[in-house]
Amino acid sequence: MSAVLASPSRRSFLGRSTAAAAGLMFGFHIPFDAMAQGAQAPEINAWVVVKPDDTIVIRIARSEMGQGTLTGLAQLVAEELDADWSKVTTEYPTPGTNLARNRVWGSFSTGGSRGVRESHEYVRKGGAAARTMLVQAAAAQWNVPAAECVAAASVITHTPSGRKLSYGQVADAAGKLQAPAAADIKLKDPKDWKIAGKRLARLDTVDKTTGKQIYGMDLAMPGMLNAAIKDCPVFGGKVKSFNADAIKNKPGVKKVLQVGDSAVAVVADTWWRARTALDALPIEWDFGENVKTSNADVAAAMKEGLTASQAAVGNSNGDAKAALAGAARKIEAVYSYPHQNHATMETMNATARWTPERCEVWTPTQNGEAALAATSEAAGLPQKQCDVYKLHLGGGFGRRGAQHDWVQQVVLIAKEMPGIPVKLIWTREEDMTHGRYHPSTQCKMTAGLDAKGNLTALHMRISGQSILAAVIPAMVKDGKDPAVFQGLNPPGPESSFGYTVPNLLIDHAMRNPPVPPGFWRGVNLNQNTIYLESFIDEIAHATKQDPLAFRRKLMKDSPKHLAVLNAVAAKIGWDKKPKKGVYRGLAQTMGFGSYVAACAEVSVNKDGKLKIHRIVAATDPGHVVNPQQIEAQIEGSFVYGLSAALYGACTLKDGRIEQTNFDSYQVLKMDEMPAVESIIMPSGGFWGGVGEPTIAVAAPAVLNAIFAATGKRIRDLPLKNHSLKKA
Amino acid sequence: MKLNVNGQVRDFEAEEDTPLLWVLREQLGLTGTKYGCGIAQCGACTVHIDGEATRSCVRPVSTVTAEQKIVTIEGLSSDGSHPVQKAWAALDVPQCGFCQSGMIMAATALLKEKPKPTDADIDAAMTNICRCGTYNRVRKAIHVVARGGDPKTAGLSIEHVEGSKA
Repeated sequence: MSAVLASPSRRSFLGRSTAAAAGLMFGFHIPFDAMAQGAQAPEINAWVVVKPDDTIVIRIARSEMGQGTLTGLAQLVAEELDADWSKVTTEYPTPGTNLARNRVWGSFSTGGSRGVRESHEYVRKGGAAARTMLVQAAAAQWNVPAAECVAAASVITHTPSGRKLSYGQVADAAGKLQAPAAADIKLKDPKDWKIAGKRLARLDTVDKTTGKQIYGMDLAMPGMLNAAIKDCPVFGGKVKSFNADAIKNKPGVKKVLQVGDSAVAVVADTWWRARTALDALPIEWDFGENVKTSNADVAAAMKEGLTASQAAVGNSNGDAKAALAGAARKIEAVYSYPHQNHATMETMNATARWTPERCEVWTPTQNGEAALAATSEAAGLPQKQCDVYKLHLGGGFGRRGAQHDWVQQVVLIAKEMPGIPVKLIWTREEDMTHGRYHPSTQCKMTAGLDAKGNLTALHMRISGQSILAAVIPAMVKDGKDPAVFQGLNPPGPESSFGYTVPNLLIDHAMRNPPVPPGFWRGVNLNQNTIYLESFIDEIAHATKQDPLAFRRKLMKDSPKHLAVLNAVAAKIGWDKKPKKGVYRGLAQTMGFGSYVAACAEVSVNKDGKLKIHRIVAATDPGHVVNPQQIEAQIEGSFVYGLSAALYGACTLKDGRIEQTNFDSYQVLKMDEMPAVESIIMPSGGFWGGVGEPTIAVAAPAVLNAIFAATGKRIRDLPLKNHSLKKA
Repeated sequence: MKLNVNGQVRDFEAEEDTPLLWVLREQLGLTGTKYGCGIAQCGACTVHIDGEATRSCVRPVSTVTAEQKIVTIEGLSSDGSHPVQKAWAALDVPQCGFCQSGMIMAATALLKEKPKPTDADIDAAMTNICRCGTYNRVRKAIHVVARGGDPKTAGLSIEHVEGSKA
């Protein structure tokens, strides 16, 4: 078969290019010497490179930040490729290369638990197409029909003759073949999977146990300088003046400069010297009008929204207001949820090198394409004259995704020092006080009951902050931020309300405080599930019904929601009493495409000290790519969700965040970590995410258990602000 | 100035009040030890000084003598073969991994002092922060080391494919 270049339409799907293999790729182990790599390796298609020694390099567009997507996506490609898993490695294409190749890798966005569920089909087709081409190449070499050949574990066998060729032996020839049309590619039935779906070890573990893994903060380049930065502590404030002369003779200091309107940076030979000099720099700020705003003002504005006449409707049926007016009994409660910082273990950082012709950035990012756009804007250069090299993330949780404020800062600094690579690292204090915070909202829940205690009407009025209004305003129409209703939506594949209530109204009055919001792992599903699942528990107790039986009555139309709830109830042994002094709480929700439920067992001693003994958690994500990594995500979700519930709150005082480090923004540690028993129960037919949904049930399951233990209903978080001691 | 790090005496120049962490990372190029908080809260910067787990972000370098033996994650073994590292890899403990150097150094110091730590010992010694939520696997891995290193005793099934770098 002759070498035929793929047609443009096919290139856009499975395009191949020797240019990419010849040096634009960015390997994990040689962070800045990308040009030294690659030239030898034949690319089969955009997703698969096979080296002559049979090493298989799988390209991963999404970012690894601990959630295991690197391994999971590689499993999906390797499965369809029929690869020898022991020969598999991975690499990130750069967003600049993606741009140059008509976005052949699709989206780089790694958030919303979408890494696998959004790309599973096209990455598997990438693997399958590469396998087809490798088999064709072997068949051509033997001059036999491809149908007589089979592939397994990176070896092609001509069945009638028993001849064999390895992928590495035919990779060169395969790379020159025409890619099959996307429509002709048939994917395996998941029940036949040998690599995907298995409890495989991660591909990126060993270097994380030896200190060899390079994170953004660890990057070192020849001639590199280091920068520390201070942004105005009050949101919306600006730099008035600073006295650079006061620190210019400090050791190692190279430059003192203003960055944008609101920040000042010091560049020095080492970061510690930059930071020390910056701390000694006299800066005068123009704090602006937000200096008059504190948490009480934010809370008052949201409280007003709880009864405001104007609100955007997210879900409704029947006539909730009329039904409530005529209800035999009404139950009402007001909840609230505070701002949270992502508090990634690695603070924000990036390295940039700017020249009038080109700007390059090295940074941990959840979205290489968004980082490239930020680079281009700050550099004043078109995107094709910029590129971003993704480095491993020391945590992401949403902070490193939609917004790249730190990338813009480092580019502005590097622009003042052309040709010199500059690495910017935020202090923890900068990171805590200049986050993109979990939005804060309040919620007024009103239930109407008939004489028998049946729920006839429910009004859920949310008041407070919109992420989209600040981050993607084009998605807000007529004052409605659709993302606010996560987990409360009518039935749908992304997130849905699991209860059937004859008269339902869920609406939102937007009230935006001067605290910049962002997508925080779990996003709006977090507080919505706390509000709903706590209140459902309140109704059950107020009407003397078992919380599980009460939920079941309302969930007849939501079998998948009910199935995960029933699974945790069965495993915890709901029908039997827990041991003396131990109490249980339940919660369930559906979001990020998956159904989740949890049951917590807690005790509270006479001093009011809480102990979470055991958690049973169930997830139905449709399909499962790596169960042991899903278990890790479920356990991690409890750490993240319970850290917020027990301790997390970023409060505003005089326009600035009060919490500055882990001493004032505490998180869950080992001694408080409960045992977690995971039930993974894929029902097939859909693909759901696993990194986030379970966070939402962590807090309400524990809060409901605390109520069972103490009779105290905690309606505003964090828990540390409340005494659980019996009165 | 001089420090004895991972068995080598290293010369460097820094201000006396520079934290040991930043000398390790910037002057000596040992970036396996991480900056997380700078106030000894998170433990990402944990190293051993004469065998004792120490939070290097608050330790002025001038207070460490050239005779004291510093061990960082890079010096625990040359190839990841220390029993603690092996248990960590066998159980796929790290997620993002940023806190894990500190976790491993803290766990190693604990196991040296108490080769068979109880859960309460682990709770008391392991106060490192992990935001990804690896605590339960950290605990399991410490127990695996204490029991002699067989990861099967953790009751956590993870498939390691021979020849794979995983």
